[in-house]
Amino acid sequence: MPAEVVIVRTGTANLASVIAAFERLGEAARITDDPSEVADATRLVLPGVGTLAAAMASLRERRLVEVLRDRLRDGRPALAICLGLQLLCEGSAESPGERGLCIVPTFAERFTGVRTPHMGWSRVGAIGGTPGGFAYFAHSYRLTDAPPGWNVSRADHGGAFVGAMFRGAILACQFHPELSGAWGAALLRGWLSMKGGE
Amino acid sequence: MPAVRIIPCLDVNDGRIVKGVRFVSLRDAGDPAEQARLYEAHGADELTMLDVSATAEARSASLATVRALRRELSIPLTVGGGVRCVETAGALLDAGADKVAVNSAAALDSSLIDRLAARFGNQCIVLAIDAAAMGRGRWRVAIRSGRERTDLDAVAWSAEAESRGAGEILLTSIDRDGTLLGYDLPLVRAVREVIALPIIASGGAANPAHMVEAVHAGADAVLAASIFHDGTYRVSDVKAALAAADIPVREPNP
Repeated sequence: MPAEVVIVRTGTANLASVIAAFERLGEAARITDDPSEVADATRLVLPGVGTLAAAMASLRERRLVEVLRDRLRDGRPALAICLGLQLLCEGSAESPGERGLCIVPTFAERFTGVRTPHMGWSRVGAIGGTPGGFAYFAHSYRLTDAPPGWNVSRADHGGAFVGAMFRGAILACQFHPELSGAWGAALLRGWLSMKGGE
Repeated sequence: MPAVRIIPCLDVNDGRIVKGVRFVSLRDAGDPAEQARLYEAHGADELTMLDVSATAEARSASLATVRALRRELSIPLTVGGGVRCVETAGALLDAGADKVAVNSAAALDSSLIDRLAARFGNQCIVLAIDAAAMGRGRWRVAIRSGRERTDLDAVAWSAEAESRGAGEILLTSIDRDGTLLGYDLPLVRAVREVIALPIIASGGAANPAHMVEAVHAGADAVLAASIFHDGTYRVSDVKAALAAADIPVREPNP
């Protein structure tokens, strides 16, 4: 019996698509903002849309910042989506002066000189055992450099950027796997099969 | 650039798909969830559902339709029609929309765009413009399903919407809608000149060649209802035509 998927309520995200994607894969998913449930989650999903500052304010209000940091460092499976990826970082140019969860020593910058937001389907490289494919993006900020210690799958929009980064059983996607069709479903299935633990 | 998105549109009233010609004389064209499943299988990159209901009862039926579509779809879903406030938009997003399209209410009170973007993020907010040609390269914004003209210039309005936080523009020519005469290309070009946001061209597509033209005019995505509903063309036919014109498209099956 696979472990239940626990989705963190970041306060800003629309979670219906994420839940529906797991349900199509036969996996129950529930939403929580309870710190102890986040700490205990075998499979944790950190979603997010909107601004980094709004999401961090919401996490602080729910006393989830420290517990999330600990949970994301313990090696068990975790999936960060879109703003969730940027929340792992030290911050974003979108929210000057605001600190992210600081799990990954890098910073998100805004696209320049290209259509912004980057909205639509772009190709990303292989992610672990999942071959490359088209992923659905909807964002204006992105990481340009691979953070030390992380594997990176690149995408391109006026230059290469981090489409996804992964390490052990942690997968952080700048795109929305839950909206990325059959390819996204295959990626989620791969993540669900990860055991985790370092 | 990302792959050009092909977006079938479902006009829904009281939980059923309808499609009008020039926004009136609606005819029934089927069950939304069933149709949505087919579109995704044919390679649709996104789906737009426009709620054309006139009554509150029909609108709640449409909310149930959003939930049904969400269960079915693993591609993005935009929902519009009758979005007047942050609360309505929130209800649609909770039901499973990924983006909300706002039209008349924003034209009457442009601060609605700021409020929606602040609450849900720019990428969630699609400003729908129904543009009515006035001649000499000018378009007015029409509201209430095309029944009323405002004094707003459609091109200037698109630029204002960008500065207020819209994430993309759904640009419909109400003169072309349902006519199968092709998109209003000068309109697409005029808006492309003034904004950096993605543009979804809408209104008038009869064939894949029209969609190629819209992309060449500056559209990032093309939306159509009739030709897909009627089965005249499949999304995969459109993608083949775009690919033949060296326009990047998503191959749906990895």
